[in-house]
This record gives sequence, structure tokens and C-alpha cells, in this order.
Amino acid sequence: MAVTDVTTDPLVIAGRELGSRLLLGTGGFRSLEAMAAGIGASGTELVTVALRRIEPGARGSIVDVLDRAGVQLLPNTAGCFTARDAVLTARLAREAFATDWVKLEVIGNDRTLLPDAPALLEAAEQLVDEGFVVLPYTNDDPILARRLEDVGCAAVMPLGSPIGSGMGLLNPYNLRLIVEHAQVPVVLDAGVGTASDGALAMELGCDAVLCASAISRAADPAAMARAVRLGVEGGRLAFRAGRIPRRLYAQASTPESGVAEF
Amino acid sequence: MTVLVNGEPHELAPGTTVRGLLDALDVPGGGRGVAVAIDAEVVPRTVWETTELDDGARVEVLRAIQGG
Repeated sequence: MAVTDVTTDPLVIAGRELGSRLLLGTGGFRSLEAMAAGIGASGTELVTVALRRIEPGARGSIVDVLDRAGVQLLPNTAGCFTARDAVLTARLAREAFATDWVKLEVIGNDRTLLPDAPALLEAAEQLVDEGFVVLPYTNDDPILARRLEDVGCAAVMPLGSPIGSGMGLLNPYNLRLIVEHAQVPVVLDAGVGTASDGALAMELGCDAVLCASAISRAADPAAMARAVRLGVEGGRLAFRAGRIPRRLYAQASTPESGVAEF
Repeated sequence: MTVLVNGEPHELAPGTTVRGLLDALDVPGGGRGVAVAIDAEVVPRTVWETTELDDGARVEVLRAIQGG
């Protein structure tokens, strides 16, 4: 069936319908007010949160702000460098936020923040066994994506380029392979620098885009949130619409017969 | 007794519960967005009131922040 309206084309992850195909990371906003404005402009229904050691006298609660925004929470395991730490953090997040959903990150290098593939797979398998809905932040490796799906992940979230780098989609070919073979939703996670990166991810066939820094660290986060939202929606519509093939030579768009002769 | 809270030693009265520690840390009642682990095990909020801390326990008290 033709899809001409994004409102009739929901994203479904683990049986849960989401009206927006843009997932928003909350890291990097200068204030909770800026975050709330970004959430509103993005139209997102699912946002990430993190856990850190409590500090005495911590200012306003992010959870209250997110509840008021009416969004669902996706806790992450950011900052974990081992499967053990990621699993424990996920269990703590389940307790803190009363959700089984987790954005699983197991990082292998503190400069690139690239995932540690074997540890990621180990943690994913463990958390699936414990009943979590696991959304792993993964390398743009089609084989690893398949392995993560095989152990029961509810989606795969390959990077376009390293977290916060804004370099866009460095390996569209790999992403396309992941999309072609995945039986679970593919969420482009990390690397988006601007709206066109979100559009490109969706045109490649990704099911959603998770974006944080491009929005939260933009000069005008709310404006960029709207821009990325429109990019993602445009890319999705273009993917569903079926683009024309690339040709080496021109193909006239005006009929070539019946041309006047002077 | 001494317990390690987020890596820092704290002197607490014997019999102090997890809830008592959270009160001392000024964490509000329901504690949504807060999680506690003792010696790398999650302490469900349903037993915060009844779980007593042992001398030498390593306690992590985490809260929600922006991230990801």
C-alpha cells in the first residue's frame, strides 16, 4: 500500500508503536529547558537517558521534565567498557525507570567510542535472557548486526560515524547491507551532523534515526530538531516512494515526438 | 560503621537502611530515576525500607542524567 503520510507509517519495535521515526538522545543540551524545546520540535516519542552517581544538591530532575514532555524513556549504558558493567547498568536502569528497554552500549575505546563487538554480543545475549528489550549500539558491520539479531535483539542500531563526530554516514554500503538482511528494525545511531544525514539514512532504508549531538549541540537546538525531523520524514517518504534509477545519460522528461520544425 | 557510597567513605549508624541512606543524601521519596546497588547487586526499591547496610558495603547510588 502506498504511504504518502508519515502519520500512517509508524515505527514498531518489540510490538510497541512509535509515531515518530526520530529517536532523540538527551545528551549535550545546555539546559533542561533547551532539552524540552528540542524534544517538542523533534516530535520524538522515545528519548535516551543515562545513569550516573548522584551528586549532593543536584538541580531539577530530568525524569520530571521528560514525563511532562510525554515521551517514553530509553535508558542507555553509556560509559560501560565491559559486558559486566553494561549488564549491571541495564539492571539498575530497569529499576530506576521501570522499563525493560535498554540502549546497550559497550565501548571499546575512549577516543573513538566505537563498540567492543565481542563484549557487546555477550552483554546482549545476557540481557535478552533476562527479559530486556535490547537495542544495541553497534558497528556498521552486517555480520555483527546479524549476530545481534540472532541472540534476540529487538533492533540493531549501527553507527553512521563515531558518536558526536557529526561526520554523517561514512559507509552507506555497509548500512545498506545491514538494512537488506535485517528482520528487526534498523536504527541509524550516531554520526548524524545535520538534517540531510537523517534523510540519507532513511533513503537507504533505515527504519529510524537516533540523533543527539547534531541537535543538542547546534546553535539553535529546537530549529535543528525540526530540521532533522523533516529530514527523517522526507527520507522515509522517498524510500517508500521508490527512487528512479541512476543513469549515465540524460532521459528527456519532455516528449521527444511532435517537436516543431522551423 | 563505614560504608563506601559512590566511592566515598560514609559513617552511618548500625542498622541504617537503604532508605535511610537516601534520606541522608536528600533523595526524594519515590526515587523515580534513582537506582541503588550494593556490592554490584541491584537493590529493588520495594526493599529499600527493609534492607540494612553492612559495615564495609560498597554502595552505588545512581540518578538519571541527560545522555545518549
